[in-house]
Formats: sequence, C-alpha cells, structure tokens
Amino acid sequence: MKAASGSHTGTGVWLLQRATALLLALALPGLGIYFLAAQPTDYAGWQSLFEPLGMRVLMLLTVAALALHAWVGMRDIFMDYVRPTGLRLVLLLAVIVTLAGSVAWLAAIMFNPAMWGTA
Amino acid sequence: MPERPVYLNLLRIHLPVSGWVSILHRLSGGLLFLAVPFGVWGLSQSLSDEAGFDRVANWLGHPLAKLFMLILVWAFAHHLFAGLRHLALDAHWGLDPKHARRSSITVLLASGLVVLLFARKLFI
Repeated sequence: MKAASGSHTGTGVWLLQRATALLLALALPGLGIYFLAAQPTDYAGWQSLFEPLGMRVLMLLTVAALALHAWVGMRDIFMDYVRPTGLRLVLLLAVIVTLAGSVAWLAAIMFNPAMWGTA
Repeated sequence: MPERPVYLNLLRIHLPVSGWVSILHRLSGGLLFLAVPFGVWGLSQSLSDEAGFDRVANWLGHPLAKLFMLILVWAFAHHLFAGLRHLALDAHWGLDPKHARRSSITVLLASGLVVLLFARKLFI
C-alpha cells in the first residue's frame, strides 16, 4: 500500500473522501434533526438557532468538510466520464470555484459582525 | 470503426441491484453538489432580515419547490445509506454476493421510506 500522503497518489484523496464521509454522516443528520425539532416559524426563531457561536462554527466546519467531499466525488465522476483533458480541467475548476465560493459565502453569513456582533 | 461487440444500449444492459445502488450513489452525489450553492443562497436570504425569511418561506411553500426538496431528500438519504454501505464494503464487511445484494435492497428501501416520511410531512 502506498503512503497516504504526498503527491501523485490517490490514496490521500481516497482517505480524505472516507474521513469527510464519516464526519458528514454524523453532522448532517444531527443538524437536520436540530432544525426539524426546532421548527422555527418566524425570523427571530430562525436567527436564534444560529446565535450560539458553537453552532456557527459547526455549520462552517460541516460545509468545509462537505466541500472537500464533493470535490473528490465530482473529480471521480469527471475522471470516469469526461475524456477530453481540457474540458475535464475546466469542469473541475468550475466545481472548485463553486465549492470554495460556497464556503466563503457561508463564512461571511455565519460571522457577519453586523448580525452576530463580534463574539 | 473496428468490428467488435459494443453493448452500449442502456436499455439492454442489465445491472444487478448493487449496480443500481452504485450508479444512483453517483447521481445523488452530483445532485447534492449542485444543491450546495443554492442552499447557501437560501440561508443567506433567510437570515438577512424578516422580509428575506418570509420570502424564502414563501418559495419553499410552492409545490414545485417541495418537489425539488423531496428529490434532494431522496438524494441525501440514498447517498448516506449507500455511502455507509460502501464504507462497510471497504472494511470487507458484507462482500459476498448474497449479503451485498441484501444490503443493496435495504439501501433502496430505506431511502424510499425516508422519502415517504418527508412526502407526508411536506404534502399532507
């Protein structure tokens, strides 16, 4: 077996996909149950769910793990089905921009000083 | 073109049930990827102010939005259950054809059940 890190090996990426899979399998159903149990019907109730700092940190970490997981998955799909190298690189770049943009956007929402204060 | 047997008629390719679980795992993963930016956008709108919250609540009440949500619920449930199955297979658990087939059917039934529960919550 190859080392699980370093360049020119898929093992590290494979491991990253599995590790983030486990994290997401715990975090996403947990968050889903938290939101479904709270069932906020107005803005104040909805906003208060994100008031605790730990909740906002958990959201950001979860979506960061999701972005890494989705990057590996989309990369696998493109490697299997998209033959032309140029097109494959363009698609992979679009995926990376979309995911990195989503994480940055979520960070801006979760840590917006105007909404949550500086805590 | 060289003369060789090429069987790419998708309607004539017979996939075993574990093959369906596998290809649906990819399909659901791709769908969930596409949903990520829309999810962050919805979160941004709904947390911006009261008008934004009402706007998103209004959109999500639309039957078409509910249908999209139901599709995403299926995609998430299937991706989760099939993913846990793949992790088990990685650990060489349930590799023999009998158990692999049984766990595939379980994945399909479990995600179907989750969809039914959410459909009842969304539409009734």
